[in-house]
Amino acid sequence: MNSVATLVAQIQGLSGSTSDVNQLHTILKQFEDLFKSESTRLAPLLTELNPSIHSLGYLYILEACSSAPISKEQASELVLSVARFIDLSAAEQIRLAPDKFISVCKRFKDQIMLLEDPMRGVAPMLTALRKLQYSSVQLTTLHPDFLLLCLLAKCYKTGLSILEDDIFEVDQPRDFFLYCYYGGMICIGQKKFSKALELLHNVVTAPMSVLNAIAIEAYKKYILVSLIHLGQFSISFPKYTSSVAQRNLKNFSQPYLELVNSYCTGKISELESFVQANNEKFESDKNLGLVKQVVSSMYKRNIQRLTQTYLTLSLQDIAHTVQLNSAKEAEMHVLQMIQDGEIYATINQKDGMVRFLEDPEQYKTCEMIERIDSSIQRMMVLSRKLTDMGEQLSCDPLYLGKVGRERQRFDFDDFDTVPSKFTI
Amino acid sequence: MEAEDEATGQMIEDEEIYVNGGGDGDESKRHRPIISGEQLDVEAYAALYTGRTKISRLLFIAEKCGNASMQLDALRMAYDEIKKGENTQLFREVVAKIDGRLGPNYGPDNAWADAVDRRAELRKERLENELNAYRTNLIKESIRMGYNDFGDFYFAHGQLGDAFKNYVRTRDYCTTSKHIVHMCLNAILVSIEMGQFTHVTSYVSKAEQSQDALDPITIAKLRCAAGLALLEGKKYKLAARKFLETGPDLGNSYTEVIAPQDVATHYASCLEYLGNLKANLLLDIHLHDHVETLYEQIRNKALIQYTHPFVSVDLHMMANAFNTSVASLEKELEALITNNQIQARIDSHNKILYARHADQRNATFQRVLQTGNEFDREVRAMLLRANLIKHEFNLKASSRKH
Repeated sequence: MNSVATLVAQIQGLSGSTSDVNQLHTILKQFEDLFKSESTRLAPLLTELNPSIHSLGYLYILEACSSAPISKEQASELVLSVARFIDLSAAEQIRLAPDKFISVCKRFKDQIMLLEDPMRGVAPMLTALRKLQYSSVQLTTLHPDFLLLCLLAKCYKTGLSILEDDIFEVDQPRDFFLYCYYGGMICIGQKKFSKALELLHNVVTAPMSVLNAIAIEAYKKYILVSLIHLGQFSISFPKYTSSVAQRNLKNFSQPYLELVNSYCTGKISELESFVQANNEKFESDKNLGLVKQVVSSMYKRNIQRLTQTYLTLSLQDIAHTVQLNSAKEAEMHVLQMIQDGEIYATINQKDGMVRFLEDPEQYKTCEMIERIDSSIQRMMVLSRKLTDMGEQLSCDPLYLGKVGRERQRFDFDDFDTVPSKFTI
Repeated sequence: MEAEDEATGQMIEDEEIYVNGGGDGDESKRHRPIISGEQLDVEAYAALYTGRTKISRLLFIAEKCGNASMQLDALRMAYDEIKKGENTQLFREVVAKIDGRLGPNYGPDNAWADAVDRRAELRKERLENELNAYRTNLIKESIRMGYNDFGDFYFAHGQLGDAFKNYVRTRDYCTTSKHIVHMCLNAILVSIEMGQFTHVTSYVSKAEQSQDALDPITIAKLRCAAGLALLEGKKYKLAARKFLETGPDLGNSYTEVIAPQDVATHYASCLEYLGNLKANLLLDIHLHDHVETLYEQIRNKALIQYTHPFVSVDLHMMANAFNTSVASLEKELEALITNNQIQARIDSHNKILYARHADQRNATFQRVLQTGNEFDREVRAMLLRANLIKHEFNLKASSRKH
């Protein structure tokens, strides 16, 4: 216990400036074994420390406590204290020991799941995530856990706020897959199909050397979202898709590909009977809700096609062309679509006629100009990133080595400074 | 309505073109009855052709005409024609089809068939011996003639695959471009009979490469064959052009495949006239599958031309002009609009068609925003993928170092 007491004193003493904290960090690392052996008796120490000032020390002790097996009663307490710690801790200190922090948060998540109360974990996880990231373009291991909690707690909007950040750096491919998959599901929940399509597309086309289950499930949802949002699905993969994915993904999604064929015939009755026949398969994949949305999207697409050909059309004709049962149903559908902003039209109930209007957007407003301007700015930033990346790569010794080896020797035009043999 | 007159006016001009292109006056007068709306005169039709195509066409007519007397007529003439040749297989087929309906003169004649078969065996043996002799002597010209004779032999006996193989074998022994052209023409003939039009196209282009050996008649023959191949491949516009290029040079020299007025027939277009022709065109061996599609396309073209000059068109008047009801006209127009062949919108309430000119400015803005979004998405995805690959590479590199 003596060493533990000195430990506490040192933590309290060396949490002032950055150099002190670094020193503390080194000391703490030396006490690794102590932590492991005394883990059950460390909890009371926490009361002597201030989480916001002594974050690093607090973290080490907390991590030791949480890695020990915990009873159910203690779980709730632990959850509370971890949540409090996450809230109050100092981000710079935490970033010195990211592994410990991640370990604490993961245990936290496990306990939350055991307690079956995901709502309690959403806010703390969000804070934890933000503190762990050194920039918003980084994907941490905590991202997918956070999104999972959002999904389980049905807090989709909170999840969306994270998804709006652009990600450019990934530590672990597995995190990336889960992040995109859960993110896709959240976007589907919020009916942001465009973003969902983008995320699911990234999973399916990500570089992978072995097929994983996440990609398979993502592919199924990808097909469905593509049908809902774009009205079509192309079975050919883009060139950059891994060969593993190209060869194998289709084998696992047979009923979905047949659904695509059924959809492309344009006949509602065929589509519905196909869905009926394959009900259990879709149900077992938990995709039945999405499949139902696919069916209703077909009605919408057929009505939208009518806006291209007709100026006015009777509700009866609409019902007939789109294969609805009555003019009343057609009116319901058209009304819903007008409210959702999917078509522009007016319904004349006296004549039973619908008048299709042009898109009133004239592209003359200030908002539109701002939108275009911000778009241009974004493009420029992205282009800059691309050029920077290209420059970095061209200075990379590994790359140069490879290029140098493959170059022809004695090229007349190439009497330049890049040597033909580049040893590192 | 002025536009209507214009449309029919154009059609009349087409008819005149057709009449003028039919060769000299006498011939055209003699040929005209065949293409009219009256019942097809099978005998006169068959008289235009010679050789194997005559038999094939007669059999086709017999199959498709649906009229018992015409059918028997065609079968009778086919029988006579086959007896002049040496194709026993075809003979047996025709006999089966006639089924004794034409009396004892047109029944199975086994004696004749056997005699022909025996003769064929003998001839085949002789040809083989000759060919072997030539091959040992390595006389190029004789070998070529030998294979050619074999090809002719097989063709006469209806073994088209073997005929084709032998004709193609002469290729290695062709010394002048005249030989090559001869070989190509034979190959084309067999390919048309077999229905393999990809070969026709390739051999036509091969033959056209030896420019010096081509006289106008051969050129015309080649154009006809090319046109037929394009027709089969549903490339109607190109086929029409090829047939146009054929011109009157053809005369009567390609009766093994096609008759002069077929060339004109395959090209001519006139709405009502065509309607009458339809029944007879269905009996033509090459056009059969395409008549429906061609008719539809011609009608669509007329519809498009009709609506082109107007800002608004009353559907009732248009339905009258096109001899159809307003409802079906609406359906046809809907299909054309969906395929983007007419730029218009239908006011179903008042039954008027309004021309619609796409707003270029709005469309451009929409495209711009869309392209921006796509670029954004693609580049971000690319940067991410690059990052993932870099990690994987680093992982591999570091594991190698350890």
